[in-house]
Amino acid sequence: METVRVTIDGQEVEVPSGSTILEAARIAGVDIPTLCYHPDLDVKAMCRVCVVEVVGARTLQAACTQPVSEGMIVKTSSPLAREARRMNVELILSNHPQDCLNCIRNQKCELQTLAEKLGIREQRFERRSRTKNNLDISSPSLVRDMEKCILCRRCVAVCQQVQGVSALGPINRGIDTIVAPVGGCELNSVACTLCGQCVHVCPVGAIYEKDDTQKVWSALADPTKHVVVQTAPAIRVAIGEEMGLEPGALVTGKLVAVLRRLGFDKVFDTDFSADLTIMEEGHELIHRLQNGGTLPMITSCSPGWIKFIEHFYPELLDHLSTCKSPQQMFGALAKTYYAQKAGIDPKDIFVVSIMPCTAKKFECGREEMTDSGYPDVDVVLTTRELGRMLREAGINFATLPEEEFDAPLGISTGAGVIFGATGGVMEAALRTVYEVVTGKELPSVDFTEVRGLEGIKEATIDLDGQKVKVAVAHGLANAKKILELIKEGKADYQFIEVMSCPGGCIGGGGQPIPTNKEVIKKRLAAIYDADKGMKLRKSHENPAVKALYEEFLGKPLGEKSHHLLHTHYVKRGKYKI
Amino acid sequence: MPAEKYSSTPNSGLLSDIDDIIRKHQNRDGALIDVLHDVQALYGYLPEQAMKRIAEGLSLPLSKVYGVATFYSLFTLEPKGQYVIRLCESAPCHIRGAVQVLSAIEEELKIKPGETTPDSKFTLEFTSCLGVCGVAPAIMINDQVYGNLTPEKVKEILRSL
Repeated sequence: METVRVTIDGQEVEVPSGSTILEAARIAGVDIPTLCYHPDLDVKAMCRVCVVEVVGARTLQAACTQPVSEGMIVKTSSPLAREARRMNVELILSNHPQDCLNCIRNQKCELQTLAEKLGIREQRFERRSRTKNNLDISSPSLVRDMEKCILCRRCVAVCQQVQGVSALGPINRGIDTIVAPVGGCELNSVACTLCGQCVHVCPVGAIYEKDDTQKVWSALADPTKHVVVQTAPAIRVAIGEEMGLEPGALVTGKLVAVLRRLGFDKVFDTDFSADLTIMEEGHELIHRLQNGGTLPMITSCSPGWIKFIEHFYPELLDHLSTCKSPQQMFGALAKTYYAQKAGIDPKDIFVVSIMPCTAKKFECGREEMTDSGYPDVDVVLTTRELGRMLREAGINFATLPEEEFDAPLGISTGAGVIFGATGGVMEAALRTVYEVVTGKELPSVDFTEVRGLEGIKEATIDLDGQKVKVAVAHGLANAKKILELIKEGKADYQFIEVMSCPGGCIGGGGQPIPTNKEVIKKRLAAIYDADKGMKLRKSHENPAVKALYEEFLGKPLGEKSHHLLHTHYVKRGKYKI
Repeated sequence: MPAEKYSSTPNSGLLSDIDDIIRKHQNRDGALIDVLHDVQALYGYLPEQAMKRIAEGLSLPLSKVYGVATFYSLFTLEPKGQYVIRLCESAPCHIRGAVQVLSAIEEELKIKPGETTPDSKFTLEFTSCLGVCGVAPAIMINDQVYGNLTPEKVKEILRSL
């Protein structure tokens, strides 16, 4: 590797050529303060916080974008650099509300941290807001508070480059610039998937989840309600982190314990309905393969993905599996099968979901999702909102005992838990489809080709002579590539898994802040540990799912399944008329 | 959210002229700005339906087209008058009497900056420096620059149009 020698704050270091000053400084042990810079995104030199003095250069340079050159002498903390950096932060603050105490990002705000780092203790400039009273609460999932926006453009980059959606963009110029949906209209008026990736990259409190915790507190306090909770696979590898443990801490048992202490009447597991999804979706795939159905079939668990294809590729909706997502299958069964079994009137059952996802809030409100005769799921909370409730309740997470989920809707297999990771639904489906079609036991349950963070993964599975080619995409920009192939007739796959968020649900828009590639890798490892730790690892071996079919549903794709567990989709189109 | 409110393509008033313009520039890098210029030359402004058509034609997100159209002050999303008067609001023009020139225009046309006369003949706007400080105060009417202005002179110019 070619290297160059540079001097940073008096210290000579050898760094790979092409490094930015920021990267070179990190090698030299100097962390230049940044604000708009994000390790996973291509956003640079918007905020001017990382300015440094380069000897011989006419002006201060943005360290995040300026490459080093041989012999370069950089002063990151010279009076000139420090004064400019400080001034730039003060100017950003002069157009930012100074109400940290009331902000949802209090103590998790990059601007607040930066101001603290630089020791800013007074406001020299009178605050003039460009964008007062500009709260967008139009969507069921996300809130945009443009008064807090510092115009870093990270949300624009993630929406365009990672998700291929481009719901947000900069409008106007100079002092009039805002970041908003086209025409400055509300988020619900444009084709936004509500994936919430913008929340993760927003350095401040300008975009955040719609908080539904009060609805859950009220239900828990209502003696007439039987409140049940389901937790998505990705929560057990993230709630520990939200409560201050290391990223990737696997805390399934503590999660169950803490939900009981909050007062839920039953603590169930979305992994159960993930197993059920595999039974339905696996048989749907077999049916399509054997009866000339629309192929490739694409998974339908991820509500941001569903909204994406409804908006941008409505002509391809027939490719979607008709299976509801595990969250919605759970809700439909909680208010029918479980209500019947437990002898509780479904009108008194209140279903709360803990999801890693902001789009799930939208999904549970879709008009199709009332097949039980009631809203199948009443409230969706993100991992962050659950964390908020736990902190308020003062429960000491770290010292909790490990407890078990309740039966029957809490019984699951390893196939259910890997739904939380990209490739997991595919792997779980293959474990079942292989054994159902061939009648043989799988030599190994691990389909490692579909694991990992590669944007698009492919594999071919031999089902006793019939080759099935599959693909897995995560991040909607990757999904878009596959959809274009389908449109051009060049996709020779039979089965495709799509998850909206990078890494799958473990990187979902409702997960703890920060969520980035480094953190996602740790959660990913934890998910596969959870799978390995399960006695049963194939959905069709789940005894509670078997009992459900015997006692209630009959058979996969049967009439009752069709009514309760399957759905249809809506052609939305790209633009509002 | 009622899904019927969305459609995959712009729904009305699409002129093949826009497609012709897109075709003309399509294969060049940075075609967007050229397309916007030509479409604005055709309609006098950039209608929303036209921007959607441009987004589709160039395979760009509408948010990108809209962002560029609102970034440059010479693009307009509103219909304007036949003559667009741009008054320089930079310091040199200010010192040399731009305020008096502005008053004269306002008096003559009975409109304020940002407005268009009822007969759609004139629109009055501010602009940043026109680069002709040597002949300050200056205005631009459509593509033509006028310098060394006085209140009387500017009224004369307006009356001659």
